[in-house]
Parts: sequence; C-alpha cells; structure tokens
Amino acid sequence: MSPARSAAASKAADAVPVFAALADATRLRIVSRLCDEGPLSITRLSDGAGVTRQAVTKHLHALESAGIVRDARVGRERIFELEPRRLDKARRYLDHVAASWDARIDRLRAHVEG
Amino acid sequence: MTTTDRIERRVELRAPRARVWQAIADSQEFGAWFGCALEGPFVQGAPIRGRITTPGYEHLTFELYVERIEPERYFSYRWHPYAVDPATDYSKEPTTLVELRLEEADGRTILTITESGFDQLPASRRDEAFRMNDGGWTAQAGNIERYVTRA
Repeated sequence: MSPARSAAASKAADAVPVFAALADATRLRIVSRLCDEGPLSITRLSDGAGVTRQAVTKHLHALESAGIVRDARVGRERIFELEPRRLDKARRYLDHVAASWDARIDRLRAHVEG
Repeated sequence: MTTTDRIERRVELRAPRARVWQAIADSQEFGAWFGCALEGPFVQGAPIRGRITTPGYEHLTFELYVERIEPERYFSYRWHPYAVDPATDYSKEPTTLVELRLEEADGRTILTITESGFDQLPASRRDEAFRMNDGGWTAQAGNIERYVTRA
C-alpha cells in the first residue's frame, strides 16, 4: 500500500467508529442529551431512556471507545460528558447533510444511468 | 463564507444533459431519487409541497420554494433542512439555498450541488440531526463510509 493510500485508509478507520457508534437510536439520544444538558451521571442518563441502566452503561462504553464521550468521574459518581474535539457540532451536522446528499446523488446516478 | 456554511458536491454522470435535467426538473422524477412525493410540477417562484417517502419518515411533509429554473443549466430552491418535528412551525426560520448546476462534458454531465446558509440556522436546528432516529444513520452508514474515505 502506498503512503498516501495508507494515510487515507487510516483516516477512514479513524472516522468510521464514530459513525458506527452513532448508528443506534439510544446512543444518539444519549449524545443529544449530553449536547443539550451538559455532563450527566449514568443515573440521570437512564431516566426516561426507555432502557435499563446496564444498557445505558454499555452504550456509554461504546461511545467512550469511539472517543465521543469521556468519563469525568466526580467522587464515586460516574459522570459522562461530550468529547468536544472529537465531535464538533457544526461539522457533524454538515457531515450528516453531506451524507444525505451523497445518498441522493447515488440514487440520481442509478436513475439516469440505468 | 465559513466552512460550516455550505456543502458542495461535484459529480460526473454517464448520461446526457437533457436526461439529467429531466430527472431534476420533472417533480415526479425528482421525487424518485430525492426520496419524496411532490404535489404538482415545479414552477419558478412558487412553493411546492412534498412528503418524505424514505421508510420511517413518511409522516413528514415539507415545502420547497422554487427560486430559479434555467432549462438544462440551473435549478434552485430554498427549504428548511431537517424540519423533522411536525409540532414546530419552521416558517419564520431562515432557509438554506440548494442549487443544482449542469454542465455538458462529452455526452456526459457534470452536476454540481451546493447547499448553503447553514450558519444562519438556529443552533437548535443543527442539533436536530441527532434527533432523527436510527433508520437514517443506519441506512446511510455505507454512504458515510465512502464519504469519509474520499475526504
């Protein structure tokens, strides 16, 4: 593999876990709440989540290993917060918009080239 | 113009410009690839109502405000992107401008799509991308992967 290709591959590998980690309704909801309300404890995040505390903990670990959230433990209480560098809000939104357009362009291509 | 204000995509399609234009300017054909059902034809200066046809989003309706139609060259509209909450009145909020430009290239067509004006949107709207449910992200994972590989 050439150095350029290897750099591109490593960049993709770096980014994909973020998207994979977000491809789940519960995890999106957790990230959305951390976004709106700031750092929250597992207990608070489990309120109204519609899933068990154990499930929320498991989702938080998935988000943590993708670098989206971080453990900001306060004493014995585990608090999670967003990792801002990894997940810049505006950039993320535009990525989502761009991905929607890519999907539409794929369908347009199939429509006119078919 | 900041980097967070716009997105742009430029692609080459293996189809003549007239064919690509028809797929864009005919509202029924537009809906087929865009993922929506539109009521009536596109008319410059007029709004047109649509309903999302992507599974999971069928309850969502929206309006496109057609700005300019230049046959086989240019098509633009404004809309409220990700106006996903039926209970919210988006009509007073800023819109984004979507522009599609066509150029002929040896029997093929270069299509440039830009969507701009995101910096004017309220911050809460940007967050709404997150509130869209699982389906959108899962369905788009493949596209996203391709997108980031290309970036």
